[in-house]
Amino acid sequence: MRIVKILGVLALLLVLGTVAVAEGGQVLLNAAGATFPYPIYSKWFDQYHQAHANVQINYQSIGSGGGIRQLLDKTVDFGASDGPMSDDQLKTATVPILHFPTVLGAAIPSYNLPGVQGDLNFTPEALSGIFLGKITKWNDPAIASANPGVKLPGDDIVVVHRSDGSGTSYIWTDYLSKVSPEWQQKVGKATSVNWPVGLGGKGNEGVSALIQQTPASLGYIELIYAIQNKLPYGKVKNSSGAFVKADLASVSAAAAAAAKFMPDDFRVSITNPEGKAAYPIASFTWLLIPAKFTDAAKRDVVKDFLKWMMTDGQQSCEALSYAKLPKEVVAKEMKAIAQIQ
Amino acid sequence: MATTPNAATPADLPWGPRALLRRMRGADEIAHLITLVAAATLLLITVLLVYQLWVLSAEARHKFGWSFFVTKTWDPVAGDFGALPFIYGTLVTSVVGLALAVPLGVGGAIFLAELAPPKLSSSLTFVSDLLAAVPSVIYGLLGVFLLVPIMRTTVQPALKKTLGFLPLFQGPTYGIGFLTAGIVLAIMIVPFVLSVSREVLLAVPRDQREAALALGATKWESTWKVVVPAARIGIFGSVFLALARALGETMAVTMVIGNNPKISASLFSPGYSIAAVLANEFSEATGNLYLSALIELGLVLFLLTFVLNGLARLLILVTTARGSGVLPT
Amino acid sequence: MSARLIWRKTLNVTMLSLTGLCALLTVSALFFILGYLMWNGGKDLSWNFFTRLPAPVGEIGGGMANAIVGTLKLMVLAALIGVPIGLLGGVYLAEFGGRTVPFLVRYTADLLNGVPSIIIGIFAYALVVMPMHHFSTLAGGFALGIMVIPTVLRNTESFLRGVPSSLREGSFALGANKWRMVATVVLPAASRGILTGVLLALARVAGETAPLLFTAFGNRYWSPGWMQPTSSLPVIIYTYATGPYEDWHQQAWAAGLVLLGLVLVTNILVRAFLTRGTSFERS
Repeated sequence: MRIVKILGVLALLLVLGTVAVAEGGQVLLNAAGATFPYPIYSKWFDQYHQAHANVQINYQSIGSGGGIRQLLDKTVDFGASDGPMSDDQLKTATVPILHFPTVLGAAIPSYNLPGVQGDLNFTPEALSGIFLGKITKWNDPAIASANPGVKLPGDDIVVVHRSDGSGTSYIWTDYLSKVSPEWQQKVGKATSVNWPVGLGGKGNEGVSALIQQTPASLGYIELIYAIQNKLPYGKVKNSSGAFVKADLASVSAAAAAAAKFMPDDFRVSITNPEGKAAYPIASFTWLLIPAKFTDAAKRDVVKDFLKWMMTDGQQSCEALSYAKLPKEVVAKEMKAIAQIQ
Repeated sequence: MATTPNAATPADLPWGPRALLRRMRGADEIAHLITLVAAATLLLITVLLVYQLWVLSAEARHKFGWSFFVTKTWDPVAGDFGALPFIYGTLVTSVVGLALAVPLGVGGAIFLAELAPPKLSSSLTFVSDLLAAVPSVIYGLLGVFLLVPIMRTTVQPALKKTLGFLPLFQGPTYGIGFLTAGIVLAIMIVPFVLSVSREVLLAVPRDQREAALALGATKWESTWKVVVPAARIGIFGSVFLALARALGETMAVTMVIGNNPKISASLFSPGYSIAAVLANEFSEATGNLYLSALIELGLVLFLLTFVLNGLARLLILVTTARGSGVLPT
Repeated sequence: MSARLIWRKTLNVTMLSLTGLCALLTVSALFFILGYLMWNGGKDLSWNFFTRLPAPVGEIGGGMANAIVGTLKLMVLAALIGVPIGLLGGVYLAEFGGRTVPFLVRYTADLLNGVPSIIIGIFAYALVVMPMHHFSTLAGGFALGIMVIPTVLRNTESFLRGVPSSLREGSFALGANKWRMVATVVLPAASRGILTGVLLALARVAGETAPLLFTAFGNRYWSPGWMQPTSSLPVIIYTYATGPYEDWHQQAWAAGLVLLGLVLVTNILVRAFLTRGTSFERS
């Protein structure tokens, strides 16, 4: 009767759907992870797909924590994170995981203060105090003293952080741990921490949206999100005492020291570095690639993509305000690609 | 086609009417078996579900025991997990939702059951059922872009000014938080309260009303003092049903609650619910303890909705007593 | 007239008007939601929206073609998984069962129906995604299929029981055995109501987001076959609505309108035309 006929039609659709795969020659890769580099990654994967029509790299930005976890569960082909995997996490992986830096980005303090013109200056003490919940008002002396002449409102600061496991959070808390012993002791650094105060947004996207929609808010997001969504962001005082705004030059300067002494596994933190022109809250972001692939076609695509990324791909990142990888790092990475089997 | 068995034919011949009958009786058994397997699959799936929840949450259950339910911290770095903020958030938003939805729903049900002419009553119920069919993410969409700004700029400041002496309405007005989530939930569960209450009210025998009216009661008095008390148990059932639905709501809540596992007396404060934290953190919980703590939260939610749904059905069944044991959901 | 009587009469009119107001508010909510979505989302329904794939982050001009197809594919799977089990189970309850097993099955169906959809998503992740080491349309369809089963089962049972026993007895009298009677007489008689239940259950799962978050995952491209992750309308609405890009927001409104339209049209058609005079499960 009717229902049997309908089910028959559905079964037919199912068969058609399977047949319509036509996967002949198509290489489909699934990846997940950081939202920090999502704008450049989505551009890269799109460009790569234009150049190689049979390759589709489906990248889902679910946060670095998600990228690491899904990679360890082996539900994705590779992951992405701005917080390097810890030794413990690497131990739980069944195949060795290689870190490949892709670009340099910056976590910036972005805020929503309609009445305030120009860029605000933030000291490490101000930032750690705000995120610890000890500095609650915008016109607190800790903020006002760094911004003479700026009329700050007496509103409560609405802190915005990440609700999901985030490499951007890792970068931010890594910096705060370095500049504030109290933060280091009370909260620590990780992709997911017990935030003393604030609203949680999902992904850089969610935090940007919350900042956009909530007056008197302050949150940390990757530089491109502030630029693309026209959100103001402040300068941060670096270890040499200068207030630096995040841009290509200051981010590259932050990586200068690390570039020369890059460890073999590429896991390095460049927050609060030496250097007068360096932006203090910058970071590499990594693709997490398993060292062994069971599918040869996938492996070849990944290796080819990495090579492409380090040469042609790097030409697109500055347009999206990500700094290129230092030459020394690129050279080292090219050699490391051979480790993928 | 079956024919009456011929007593003269031996029963074990491979042809003839008896054999035919045997074959077709066999088909009956096959049909019985197939349908039984289908029904058993449902049982299997449910048992498997509960089993998975139980097993995957083992690590957290063994580590934290009962203290899981009273611990306030949710600290993935230190590996210290407690369910209290999420249980609190889930309950607070649901209670706010009920506080708004029950009067609205029961009031509307009274109108539809007692006052409205049958055609109007059934078309309005039809519309209410459509409201129940609106997907949760649509409510979330409207919540984020429409409700939150209104709450932040108009409603919350007004509440703060007038009722700010209550700890419920103190603190900064972000727009997102318990109150907003509660309001969104209220809109989502009103149709359930309304349609089930309407049915239980309609099930009250007509002579009850007429007796009251004959004794000189106004329509309202007859409704409020006679009909509603008679349907009271079923109305409680509808409340439990709506509550069970509210507890499990995920998307609309996570988009407007603020996603901060804090316990606060103020309704303006951001919070977290069990379903929301599962949606946000499940795919990224690194480490077995973290994952197992999340699944234990899932188990808690499952048990809560299980108990409430069971109670709800019992109460509604008692009141409406539909003939074949089939209940409204 | 005594003061008390005036008070009672006033109270009567006031309270009854209030209840009318309650009903009006509830009902108007739907029209408001629909109207707002039409106004906000209608502006962005373009040819682009229906035919193009998402653009890289931050660029405009992308569309939701893959999300729409993804939702349709998930519906097909949910139907294939949920309907046979629900239908046959319902037949069992109505026609074959005894005392204990049917009681257990009904109880379990109601239990499963009340489980929050996020828990079902977790279950599907543990059962399908983890062993397969793959997010897939199949996992998503499985999760949605589980949600379809209880509704279809109870609904089928309800409508089968509603078929008058005279039809059954007539069939027996003509010499049919049980399965034949059920298949050729009872099921067709109840088929309209059963179809209603099936369509309503599918319309409900079309809008479910939570179970798809960790099963179908998401896909910026077309998802070939059934073993790859797929985009879907509810998930993409959630993703775009919680992002900062204005273009994403507009697309989310348009997608919301499409989804709501799909769900409402199904509900209206089914409830208004297929079930004249019959009552049915509310999901």
